[in-house]
Amino acid sequence: MNRIWAIIERDLRRFRRSPTLIIVSMIMPLVQLVVLGNAFGGKIKNLKVGVVDQDHGVPAVKLKEMFQAVAANARTFDTIPYTDQATALRDLREGRINGVLNIPPNFSRETLAGASPRIALVEDNTDQFSATALEGTLNQLLVPYNSKSIQPRLTPNATLSIVEIYPYVPYIQFLLPGTIVLAIFVSAMIGGGIIYIDDKARGLHEGYLVTPIRKLELIMGFNLSGAIKAVIAGLVLVTCGSIIAGIPDPLNILRLARLLIVVMATALALISMMFLLMVRVNDPLVPRAIFGVLNTVLFFPSGAVYPTQSFPAWMKVITTVDPMTYAVHGFKELILKKTGLLAISYDIAYLLGFAVLTMAAATLLFRRTL
Amino acid sequence: MFDVEVEKLTKCFGDFCAVDALTFNVEHGEIFGLLGPNGAGKSTLIRMLTTLVPPTSGTGRIFGFDIVHDANKVRQSIGVIPQAMTSDLDLTAEENMSIFAKLYSIPRDKRRRTIRELLKAVDLEQWADKPVKMFSGGMRRRLEIARGLVHEPKIFFLDEPTTGLDPVSRVAVWEMLSRLKRERDLTILVTTHYMDEADKLCDRIAIVDHGKLVALDSPLKLKASIPGKNILEVSFSEIPPGWENVLKALPEVAEVKGEDHVFRISSNNGPRTTTELLESARAAGVTVTSLSVQSTTLDDVFVHYTGHQLRDALQAPPASSSPFMLPHR
Repeated sequence: MNRIWAIIERDLRRFRRSPTLIIVSMIMPLVQLVVLGNAFGGKIKNLKVGVVDQDHGVPAVKLKEMFQAVAANARTFDTIPYTDQATALRDLREGRINGVLNIPPNFSRETLAGASPRIALVEDNTDQFSATALEGTLNQLLVPYNSKSIQPRLTPNATLSIVEIYPYVPYIQFLLPGTIVLAIFVSAMIGGGIIYIDDKARGLHEGYLVTPIRKLELIMGFNLSGAIKAVIAGLVLVTCGSIIAGIPDPLNILRLARLLIVVMATALALISMMFLLMVRVNDPLVPRAIFGVLNTVLFFPSGAVYPTQSFPAWMKVITTVDPMTYAVHGFKELILKKTGLLAISYDIAYLLGFAVLTMAAATLLFRRTL
Repeated sequence: MFDVEVEKLTKCFGDFCAVDALTFNVEHGEIFGLLGPNGAGKSTLIRMLTTLVPPTSGTGRIFGFDIVHDANKVRQSIGVIPQAMTSDLDLTAEENMSIFAKLYSIPRDKRRRTIRELLKAVDLEQWADKPVKMFSGGMRRRLEIARGLVHEPKIFFLDEPTTGLDPVSRVAVWEMLSRLKRERDLTILVTTHYMDEADKLCDRIAIVDHGKLVALDSPLKLKASIPGKNILEVSFSEIPPGWENVLKALPEVAEVKGEDHVFRISSNNGPRTTTELLESARAAGVTVTSLSVQSTTLDDVFVHYTGHQLRDALQAPPASSSPFMLPHR
């Protein structure tokens, strides 16, 4: 036991004297939270829509007035009048506007005749997000336009009422659980991967190996000291991240205590996994080379940035075994839904089981000789 | 029983045997030097004896404990200073020592006392609480020597402890080792490629080349074992035919080796051979362009036994090569 503490003490003293690496491991996820959180998920505004009115009748004027109302209030789009369609389409292709709304010459006549008139939206569908926003707004707009001034007494249509059980969650808050996991991962990667292999290459481990320390003591020492550093990184993100993302009551002690348990389980799982990956590696380039790949393979399938239900089957396999999936789920429940530990007991059990399994495998593979 | 017993110890990496059936014993209380060029297999031998590398065949015993089967008992009874400096730059001298004392499970009260004593013994007492990154190479090496002794081992392995140090630090390290050996009743096994150091400090020297033991004795006996007491290195302006035979016929000459205009003459009586040599040269009308006479050194012993000067050789490959590195052709 004393020997395990000796290894942890050495590591933590070094960390205290030169904490640069670990601080870097916290800054990257924080920057990502702020930038990605604000880059995605905001409401799309001020799209440019060219309007070509070939009709000039009263119903067409009424329609254009409704567009201008949207432009003035919700500001999803601004309207730009065009006199001919060719110019409008050329501007659309050249990227000066995002869509062209065409009111055909017989629009008024068909409206007044009681036929179903058509208007056309020509959209730039290379940008899915803007196109979807434009379609949605225009469809909504046509509902009041179509509604008759005199309503029938009974409306036979079924309607959907939506009940939101949690307050509105902006994207930055949706991203926060993943960001915490990322900070723990980066810290495990630096502490358990890069520093571990650098120490090995510099001959520091040779010093350990000539002492009577046991294999398991060495591995426990390396793992626990790495986990402690990862927990520190995780806690910083839990508190700073919650404040930045605007989580209500970010410093609630009970919730922080629950979060600490998930942070610890995640740190143990990720550091043990890293140790298993690095147990036979001697070249300091290897952890640096696999850093990006590992990050992509584990982080994105975890559901941290996009719902896992949309993934293809092969990716769902990764999602199922990926410890980050369970960590992200655990943090989401605690931070966004404010549940108790019981709701995430499966996540914690998986993370701890994963840690035990990978650590056991690493112990089997670990060589006590050079 | 010897402190170290090595019998037919062998380590091969594929076809290449870094250590090839070495057999020798180290007596209690001696400084035993392993002398050889880089790549001769000295480090591999030390790593096998300190349980870091498992041998391919043969046996090694430290205080009777087998280096493979009783590895932990071996580790408990030896102190090791690896070739690379492995002290932590961010920690202080005392912290470096303390961590290792804990790894050897030394109780707290004894720990403090031993660390202070050892830091004093290596003249680092006043720097105990300074970070190691402020230390010079020699200071760092002395700290590592102290660290290797923290559990009071009776046998001490040092792999090239003076490589990379300036001459003053080298002398300081060796003096320290001699003193520690006397005061603490140590047996020391040390590798080096500095002949002069080995000559002055080792009680016995094993000359290792290509993984094989080529000679083993005290420096004095090793020097006496090669022909001649003095070495004359002499060069001439021209070489008349049969000149080498003339040189061999000079009094007290044991051996003559010639290369171009330079001859290396081993003599049992340097002054007498020199006088006769100069007279023969004048009689033959040959000018002596340079002449030096010196006592036999370990360098001469080394050249005699290995047939070459200390030179570079291929290193043993690392235990496992990286998949990211291409093999050299």
